Amino acid sequence: MRPFTYERAADALSAVKAVAENPGAKFLAGGTNLLDLMKLDIERPTHLVDVGRLPFAGVEDVNGGLRVGGAMVNSKLAAHPRVRELYPVLVRALVSGASGQLRNKATTAGNLLQRTRCAYFYDTTKPCNKRQPGSGCSALEGVHGAHDAIFGASKACIASHPSDMAVALTALGASVETLTPTGASRTLAVQDLHRLPGDTPQVETDLAPGELITAVLLPPPPEGGQVYRKVRGRASYAHGIASVAVAGGRVALGAVAHKPWRAAHIEDALAAGASPAEAAEAEMAKADRSDRNALKIALVGRLAAAAIEESKTRRVA
Amino acid sequence: MSSVKDWAAPNPITENRGGLIGKGVDRYEGRLKVTGSAPYAYEVDAPSRPAIGYMATAAIAKGRIARIDTRAAEASPGVLLVWSHLNAPAQAPRGTRANPRSQRPSNPVLASDRIDNFGQTVAFVVADTFENARAAANLIEIEYAAEPGVVDFVASLDQADQPPGEEDVHIGDFPAAYAAAPVTVDETYESPVQNHVQMEPCATTAWWDGDKVTVHTSIQMVKGGQHALAETLAIPSDHVHLLTRYIGGGFGGKGQSYDDLILAALGARALGRPVKLAYTRQQMFHGTIHRPAVSMRVRLGAQPDGRLTAFAVEAVTHCARKAIFTEHAANFSRNLYAAPNRLTGHRLVQMDLPGAGPMRAPGEAPGMLSLECAMDELAEKLGLDPIELRIRNEPDVDPETGKPFSVRQLVQCMRQGAARFGWERRNPKPGQVRDGRWLVGMGMAAAIRGNFLLPAKAGVRIDADGIITLRQGMTDIGTGTYTILAQITAETMGVPMEQVKVEMGDSDFPPAPGSGGQFGAATAGSAAYDAGMNLRKALTDLAVGDPNSPLYGGPAEYVTFENGNIAIENRSETLAALVARAAPQGVYVEGSISPAADARDYSQHTYGAHFAEVGVDTVTGEVRMRKMFGVFAAGRILNAKTARSQVTGGMIWGVGTALTESNVVDPRYGSFINQDMAGYLVPAHADIVDLDAIFLDEADDKANPMGIKGVGELGICGAGAAVANAIYNATGVRLRDYPMTPEKVLEGMLAAGL
Repeated sequence: MRPFTYERAADALSAVKAVAENPGAKFLAGGTNLLDLMKLDIERPTHLVDVGRLPFAGVEDVNGGLRVGGAMVNSKLAAHPRVRELYPVLVRALVSGASGQLRNKATTAGNLLQRTRCAYFYDTTKPCNKRQPGSGCSALEGVHGAHDAIFGASKACIASHPSDMAVALTALGASVETLTPTGASRTLAVQDLHRLPGDTPQVETDLAPGELITAVLLPPPPEGGQVYRKVRGRASYAHGIASVAVAGGRVALGAVAHKPWRAAHIEDALAAGASPAEAAEAEMAKADRSDRNALKIALVGRLAAAAIEESKTRRVA
Repeated sequence: MSSVKDWAAPNPITENRGGLIGKGVDRYEGRLKVTGSAPYAYEVDAPSRPAIGYMATAAIAKGRIARIDTRAAEASPGVLLVWSHLNAPAQAPRGTRANPRSQRPSNPVLASDRIDNFGQTVAFVVADTFENARAAANLIEIEYAAEPGVVDFVASLDQADQPPGEEDVHIGDFPAAYAAAPVTVDETYESPVQNHVQMEPCATTAWWDGDKVTVHTSIQMVKGGQHALAETLAIPSDHVHLLTRYIGGGFGGKGQSYDDLILAALGARALGRPVKLAYTRQQMFHGTIHRPAVSMRVRLGAQPDGRLTAFAVEAVTHCARKAIFTEHAANFSRNLYAAPNRLTGHRLVQMDLPGAGPMRAPGEAPGMLSLECAMDELAEKLGLDPIELRIRNEPDVDPETGKPFSVRQLVQCMRQGAARFGWERRNPKPGQVRDGRWLVGMGMAAAIRGNFLLPAKAGVRIDADGIITLRQGMTDIGTGTYTILAQITAETMGVPMEQVKVEMGDSDFPPAPGSGGQFGAATAGSAAYDAGMNLRKALTDLAVGDPNSPLYGGPAEYVTFENGNIAIENRSETLAALVARAAPQGVYVEGSISPAADARDYSQHTYGAHFAEVGVDTVTGEVRMRKMFGVFAAGRILNAKTARSQVTGGMIWGVGTALTESNVVDPRYGSFINQDMAGYLVPAHADIVDLDAIFLDEADDKANPMGIKGVGELGICGAGAAVANAIYNATGVRLRDYPMTPEKVLEGMLAAGL
């Protein structure tokens, strides 16, 4: 860990300004990802602005949906009565992410901004464009990674986004509310928050420097059943090999791309009357096939079809 | 030298009048551990505030350091010392022993510019805080001259050679018998590199007093660590006081010392103040040993009635060039099933990876994954129940040596297990049982693991307050050694547990070999028992010779020890009263154990049977445990609770072996891909649903005076194979490549059209 300075933000705008004005500064909330990465010398901020104690930790009813504060921790969000009532897919996604200890610290905004679990990103002796732009992607020709992206990857990066929560939020059509350094707030859809890697995999979101996620806005729950299913190496906790969130006619996939992946082809096919298996096939036909991801593509397709099928038997009260 | 016949007579342990032997006594040190007040090596109170060390490690697998620049690190805040091979203190050359009786040779650190494996220590920083030490270490610039190395096991199988000094075992004529057998199995099974992932990483706190060093370190073998440090620093071993009071898991990985021990001691000497140093979680994967990958070919030839006529188990494994070690994965098969024509042996590839070494039942743990699945495959070909096949091949005597078994209850383990587990529910035809989206199946496997007794000593003293203190250079790696030694001492002396203290993990105490090879309880316990018997003699002499004792005049042969009293019929007094009056300074005696001269006349093992029920997700190939049950026969059981914990812990590791645990080498870099516990998956609570184990009544009077045997490694032996067989029974997909991850299971299901 490199030496750094720390300040506890008095209010949101001063926090945003402090980070915007200092290229070495980062926000700190739960710290479950950032502090680990600092210890490993992967993240090297020179200044931390603690936003974890700003008053953004509530849930309020807004227009038939919910507004969730960015600093609300994952375990509280998963246990919130209104969230349990309206968004079972979000609850399932939250509790299938990380461990109980981590969920007690990790925040809603921080969860969205967590970084990839690609093993080569974590090993500082290996090239990684995300960690050291221009150094190359070790994963591309590396030991087969169960978490590798199969949609929207580039020669520069095949890492996937590890969040479960973000997959459910994408299926639910949620958006984030941010505070920008000018003091203005803006809203953008969760599915537009993260970027595909392209040539700049180190740039992971469309947030401006210093822009702070203050809330997540959940629209009213869609008609139809909600399902979240995650495939992982063990039952207790593990980063997903693949996941799928279904909310009515909307479907998102996890651990398959640099961002939570809105399965538009599945949605279109379902709307056109395709069976779940046919719809899944329509999406997987667009995957980036390589000589080593055929199994993952098959797995995601089966998983998506099964989850859509299951969603037909579920109804939100 | 003693004979096993000397052990057959009744004694206080086998008579168990106090009822402490076998009782599920709570952990002796449990309260300290759960309240966080048991100091581990990194947490002990040093005489003054320790400086903190941090190791920088190599980024290549083989080559040399062409240039190293430590100037920025030296100038970094709080830094007290930076060493590389250019300025590290002189140490004895690697592998040398100034004292031929040293149990471990010199193991120098930063001794040259050579890199022998990825993750090797290349520099050492000591600073005022951990953060400053680590930050400085990250500023060290190193240029390497890399050389090609042998790092890909599968690609290097053609380089496998006979391990030095070993021969294959041929009995009868395997090739002819195999060729003539009407039913055969010929399959190869693969198991990967595994890591110990002990909860406590290796760590040392060291300080000097003149020319003597005190080290608190996390190690399974007290003398090995003491001698390794003394040899490396070229000082007499009695100038090294090594303590290892509490250990957060060993699993074989702490059977030797590592660079933390050497560097903390050297750093403390150079700085004239205590220094402590721990491996990070990431550093543990390359900086310490691992279980090597094993490729095993099993060939079985059987008659239609199931009798094996041809039996071959051959293992290929690997080790580091600089640390020859053979994972003896075929050895267990020499004692398990009858077959007149046999071939067993090992081949070894020497590679440029970190050192391979013992881990959780070395040999049996990976080895049984092959044969116990091959037996399942053979049973299906023969149309026999897998238990029945094993019973039909149950030998009367050891199938390799012809020696009699000391005790062998393998068949009883399988039969009892089948009855209690509900084996009759198993559909012998695979892929038939569905529960919603799950395919459900059951599997079983046998367990066998050797039993050993090594030389050991123990000291025991009683003080005027009646407290009896056992002292032994033994370790407790989380297994319950403190507890069973307290039970043995209390039962031998006829006192309640509260009257006994156990002190161990100290090189000043009478030596015991430590924890490993499931020999700890029998070895240390037998020495503790012998010390207790010697204390009984000393106290008897004291009482019958003391005119003020009600026992005065004897007869000594009628003296009993019960309920804290020493007595002859109705004449008695408390031990405390006797000692306070007749020996107020206390009484100290020692005892010892050594293997019996005729112990090798018997084939002596522990046995068990594993039963597993799994669900396989028909969509994803995920395997989830539903039930696991084990029946074990391992001599007299000292503590029902800690013994059960030992074997169920082993079974849980078996689940890890079957389903998740693996490390893969990236051949471009010669390094393991998993370097943390988010990537290296071990079973946690939710992965184990319904798990239980029982022990059969048994006493093995050929084992030691107490008739006990080891249980530390038995639980993992065969456990993973039972899970693999259950996956086959569930799906009809036979996988032979561990671990059986969702992707491998799905691949098999897709190939089978599922």
